[in-house]
Amino acid sequence: MSTKTPAEINFELSCPTPLPAKDTILLGHGSGGKLSAELIRDIFLPAFQNPVLARLDDQAIVNVNGQRLAITTDSFVVKPLFFPGGNIGSLAVHGTVNDLAMGGATPLFLSAAFIIEEGFSMDELRRVVNSLRQAAAEAGVQVVTGDTKVVEKGKGDGLFINTTGIGLVPEGVDLSADRARPGDKVLLSGSIGDHGIAILAQREGLEFETQIQSDSAALHTLVAEMLGVTREIRCMRDPTRGGVSSTLNEIAERSRVGIELEESSLPIHEEVRGACELLGLDPLYVANEGKLIAIVAPEAAHAVLQAIRRNPLGAEARIIGTVNKENPGLVTMRTPFGTTRIVDMLAGDQLPRIC
Amino acid sequence: MKYLDEYRDHRIARALAAEIVQLTTRPWVLMEICGGQTHTIMRYGIDELLPRGIELVHGPGCPVCVTPLETVDKAIALALHPEVILVSYGDMLRVPGSHSDLFRAKAQGADVRIAYSPTEAVKIARSNPDRKVVFLAIGFETTAPANAMAAWQARREGLTNFSMLVSHVLVPPAIRALMVSGNNRVQGFIAPGHVCTVMGCKEYESLVRDFRVPIVVGGFEPVDILEAVLMLVRQLEAGEAKLENQYVRSVSYQGNISAQQIMAEVFEVADQKWRGIGLIPQSGLRLREEYAAFDASRVFDLGEMTVDEPAECISAQVLQGLKKPTDCPAFGMRCTPENPLGAPMVSTEGACAAYYHYRRHAVAK
Repeated sequence: MSTKTPAEINFELSCPTPLPAKDTILLGHGSGGKLSAELIRDIFLPAFQNPVLARLDDQAIVNVNGQRLAITTDSFVVKPLFFPGGNIGSLAVHGTVNDLAMGGATPLFLSAAFIIEEGFSMDELRRVVNSLRQAAAEAGVQVVTGDTKVVEKGKGDGLFINTTGIGLVPEGVDLSADRARPGDKVLLSGSIGDHGIAILAQREGLEFETQIQSDSAALHTLVAEMLGVTREIRCMRDPTRGGVSSTLNEIAERSRVGIELEESSLPIHEEVRGACELLGLDPLYVANEGKLIAIVAPEAAHAVLQAIRRNPLGAEARIIGTVNKENPGLVTMRTPFGTTRIVDMLAGDQLPRIC
Repeated sequence: MKYLDEYRDHRIARALAAEIVQLTTRPWVLMEICGGQTHTIMRYGIDELLPRGIELVHGPGCPVCVTPLETVDKAIALALHPEVILVSYGDMLRVPGSHSDLFRAKAQGADVRIAYSPTEAVKIARSNPDRKVVFLAIGFETTAPANAMAAWQARREGLTNFSMLVSHVLVPPAIRALMVSGNNRVQGFIAPGHVCTVMGCKEYESLVRDFRVPIVVGGFEPVDILEAVLMLVRQLEAGEAKLENQYVRSVSYQGNISAQQIMAEVFEVADQKWRGIGLIPQSGLRLREEYAAFDASRVFDLGEMTVDEPAECISAQVLQGLKKPTDCPAFGMRCTPENPLGAPMVSTEGACAAYYHYRRHAVAK
């Protein structure tokens, strides 16, 4: 995932001074922002180089006997394990199902691996597994294989879950982050920041009272409905870690285009706005687990928007911006004041471990 | 949101901007003291709404930016003690010390925790009696009362495992230092609304009188800033120098008396070093003698540290309003929020970070 800004690229051309050595992993490397992108670019991509991986989408799409198979994997380390609107079990289904759905795939099968810390409550494990089972049933996917490991007390943090998902991509569907073109519209399926704030409100030391629920949900049905309307959807992403800003920055970078958002069109719940105001956070960087961003050809944008809004998960959908050819690789935002500012990728870690 | 949306209303903002344009007959250099105000200016592009002649320069009011390098180094050294839990406001974690930062210390195994309130640190101390909890108490008059409250509470409870590494700074002495420095360009100040919520407007009267400089206490939303600029321009154009309060919904003349009392009970005024600027007499707070047992610099043997800033960083000039972040050759090149050379690139309130986050595109063109 290359996330260089033009300014940084200039730096490499004009100045040979190396950046300070990075010798340890920091929490920010897992934030989904710039440090994560650097880690992927510097360590993982060179090691596993291949054309499928190089697409850097949320899922890999491979050809097997004429079928296009989508594969994805995701690890869940959310803390706390239980939060308003879900728990690590339901999240482990939704997260992986959504990564398949963003490639247009119909999710079919999941694996589930549990890394459990010695001393973990059996009752809590049951609740998590039950919720995972229920979420899978609702999404119409089967958990067909799994693994269990127990680590010594103090060597884990209660419970980590990894899920891998497999699905099939229907013919004629081709969604990828490098397909955005100037003039395309940016669609967002609903309010932002709900998941991150719901989690944050539960954190030790930060408890505040709120009615905000995580938006954690499986989006593949919504995606199928959107693709039923048109195939003029270029790309879809679910703005999880790093929020809407990081997702759009990735798309801008991969497609070598600029994206301009309209600040007044961003759907943000009043309570999320209030919590962000209080905690000094920007909702554009806060995680979502049941929202998608679609880049759609301008002529199809309205029809797709209507399709999203017909689904209960997309009732608050909006067109939030337009793809342009100015400032390739940069996301900007038009403020209500008529001025423009950059919407940067998250540099460090805004909220650690939210998914 | 009440008290927020109306201060972000673009119609009101544009009307104020139009009035400023109409009123301005010559160039004026104004300084907003607080980093929160700088952030708003960059985020909403307030400077783009102003007439060309009005120059906004950014003041030293970013608490993270002016915390001395030595304090950061001491905090890192403390955090690496195995028995210590270091509690800090989140922004301090990424501030580079001379060799490391608190995030890196955390990655090395240090127990570093983020709190939104210093009383959280007291709570942590209470529930971890076998550990030593150190709170990194930094900031302006805004955070001082809550930090004082933490020490007061710890003393009342007789906690023996709680202490604070204090680096507190005060605004009025900094304005005075700017005014007496030979190269000052500032003709009017927007004083920091939150600091004044605690301390009141009264502290700024002598500055207005001594230097015949207009000061307007201002808020943090776009409409607040534009209104404060309008009030300053109106005074300057009329040849006046008065203390005015734009942020009346929060600031009174006397300020918050109970907050001032707890500050006075726990802290005393002392000379203070400001990162990038140097020592300013009587510009900081330290714990009083009665609170020595809660002073981390006395509880722990930290030795004297003196360290030099990276030579390339021009934060000194930036924090004094002499240069804009974009005047720095390292800006956006060798100095970015991921690899900051100096503190103003780190904090969300830092002037360099505000320019980098919101304006890079305009600079590159």
